[in-house]
Amino acid sequence: MAVVTTNSTPERPHPRAPRRKRVVLANRSGAREVQRTVIDLEDQNSMSEALVHSLVRAQLRAALVLAAVAGLVLGALPVLLRFVPALSEVRPFGVPLPWLVLGVFPFPFILMIGYLGTRWAERNEREFTELVQR
Amino acid sequence: MNPWALGGVALTAVMTFTLAVWGSRGAHTTSDFLLARRMVGVERNAAAIAGEYLSAASFLGVAGLMLKDGIEALWYPIGYTAGYLALILFVAAPLRRSGAYTLPDFAQVRLDSARLRAVSTVLVVLIGWLYLVPQLQAAGVTLSTITGIPYSTGILLVALVVLTGVLSGGMRAVTLVQAVQYGVKLFAISVPVFVLFFVFLGDDDRHRRSLDEPLPPVFERATTVRIETDVRLRVTEPVWVDVLAGPGPEELHDTVGRGEDSRESVYLTTGIHRVASGSELRFPEGSAVPVVADAEPSNRSWLLPQDGDSYELFETYSLMLSTFLGTMGLPHVLMRFYTNPTGQGARRTTLVVLGLLGVFYLFPTIFGVLSRFYVPQLLVTGNTDAAVLLLPTAVLQGWPGELIGAITAAGAFAAFLSTSSGLVMSVSSVLFTDLLPGKLGNFRWIALGSCILPVALALIAIGRDISQSVGLAFAMAASTFFPLLVLGIWWRRLTAAGAMGGLIVGGGLVLLAVLTGAFLGDGYGWWSAVLLQPAAFTVPAAFVVTVVVSKITSGRVPADTGRVMMRMHTPDRLGFLRDRSLEESAGQDGDSAERGRRGRHRLVRSRRAR
Repeated sequence: MAVVTTNSTPERPHPRAPRRKRVVLANRSGAREVQRTVIDLEDQNSMSEALVHSLVRAQLRAALVLAAVAGLVLGALPVLLRFVPALSEVRPFGVPLPWLVLGVFPFPFILMIGYLGTRWAERNEREFTELVQR
Repeated sequence: MNPWALGGVALTAVMTFTLAVWGSRGAHTTSDFLLARRMVGVERNAAAIAGEYLSAASFLGVAGLMLKDGIEALWYPIGYTAGYLALILFVAAPLRRSGAYTLPDFAQVRLDSARLRAVSTVLVVLIGWLYLVPQLQAAGVTLSTITGIPYSTGILLVALVVLTGVLSGGMRAVTLVQAVQYGVKLFAISVPVFVLFFVFLGDDDRHRRSLDEPLPPVFERATTVRIETDVRLRVTEPVWVDVLAGPGPEELHDTVGRGEDSRESVYLTTGIHRVASGSELRFPEGSAVPVVADAEPSNRSWLLPQDGDSYELFETYSLMLSTFLGTMGLPHVLMRFYTNPTGQGARRTTLVVLGLLGVFYLFPTIFGVLSRFYVPQLLVTGNTDAAVLLLPTAVLQGWPGELIGAITAAGAFAAFLSTSSGLVMSVSSVLFTDLLPGKLGNFRWIALGSCILPVALALIAIGRDISQSVGLAFAMAASTFFPLLVLGIWWRRLTAAGAMGGLIVGGGLVLLAVLTGAFLGDGYGWWSAVLLQPAAFTVPAAFVVTVVVSKITSGRVPADTGRVMMRMHTPDRLGFLRDRSLEESAGQDGDSAERGRRGRHRLVRSRRAR
């Protein structure tokens, strides 16, 4: 199985620089090494409990904020298009605006929210990793 | 009958098999196979997920519904895509890290309850069947439309092809096949759209203006329509029709007048008319099109969102809820996530899936719009799912039309082939690992058995509006597995009893809606809206029940919840990711090499040992 281990250098390189990764094909005994260098999360003490708690909360907050944005924007569309007839009179290239709004706009919009969600979640995870590795 | 189309279908089938055989040749041992799977890149994995997900509901059904319902139908592709957004935000990475391979697995890993696992298994099978029946129905309709063979023969033929693929082991296991299927489908929908759209632009532009008028669509030339199943037609503009065969329109409310000449011309006045199956009607050129009762009768209400009944708004919101939250509970979708190497990979894969689906769903809209001009007779028969198949020959005469028709037929075939295989595969492997002990080892019988009921159901009833019927599977998934997954991943105090309550209440309510709807038959209005789109009631109900019961039984939170939560949420590189198939296969590499040869490595694993 592929185990990705980071080079555990004492001083961390510049945060923007891509970290050097070593990809090892090995059995799980390789992974144990990494775990010992971090705070022992597997040992369910109050410290690790609190750390994981805060990570879960941060991730949930990110997910909820973005889901709310997506839900509000998309959820507003049916009502908006139905009760504001003026929107239907706007016709770029002869196509009524509602068709463009529903036929094209949602897809890049959803993709963008998904991209932000991925980035946000990965940032939370990075911060967590740095926290436990310090 | 279009011989080109038959060729396209055959080509798709042959290509799929060749790729499956060729692709599974390289993997000889279990670990070989696992490693190969795990190193599949994000892009290819995403293409495989999208390829398996884009079913006949997307390929045929979306355009068909658009022909019928107009702008409201645009919410189907939006919902089908947005479901993956919910997956990215709430489910993808933690679920992958939990190591669960199926939903019952997840229920057990998280809540440690064998009973919950069993109920989840039943629901997975139910959802798989709800999804599979419309696929088979669409297959029957497609094959009978393009080749003229009977509906039931078409279904049996496709079931046979799917089963052969699944049983030979290659079909589902090879990511490559599904990834290529995405390409096939994208090609088969985009190229015809470009060609047909330019032909349309070359046509005169009276079309475009006519869409704006509050009038029904019009037959451009004299058209003969054969009614295959009983329909109720709504006539908004009186029209003369010749009854060529069959009983013809029935008299309702004293609205049908008989013509005097011998050809049995009938004058349909405004109102609703019932037409029995077997009737053949001939509409003269330029006459208004009567539409099936649940379609938008006038072009203007079709085009613009303002007109329409109040229940349409309810339908839209209910549909949003079921598709946004239901995708995460579909068995064949979830299973694919396991091929991602890490939780982070799962998230990124889903992101690419969003992009791929977004590109695909730009095209069915144009098909739907063009169908309104060129194949209005489908509004009379109600067989709107055939729009994508019939449009090319209606727009282009001669071989170019037939060639384009062959491309769309091939795409449709790829659509139900890949989705049905994925569904049969995931349903039968869930059944295999859960209901029957692994050592029985007879996966083939289970796969065969899990096909019988859906095939029988598809044979009994001709499918209509595949996107809508698939919507029920989404509603079921959203009302059962959405609370289980989201609360299971994010809420520590979920208990097995709470999850069980949610599954039973949500699943029971949706099942009730499905059965009542099937009993009452098709219709329109508030009742049928609630029965067709029950998610607005059932999803909140299931969620609330799950939370409330969990609070009541708060003493019974599983002891190792903290450990499972940590495993699901801590970043991959801290190394908590558990893959039990890997761990187990590491110890038994020697003897599993033989069994893993056909990519059935995942079937050799035994029940989770705790």
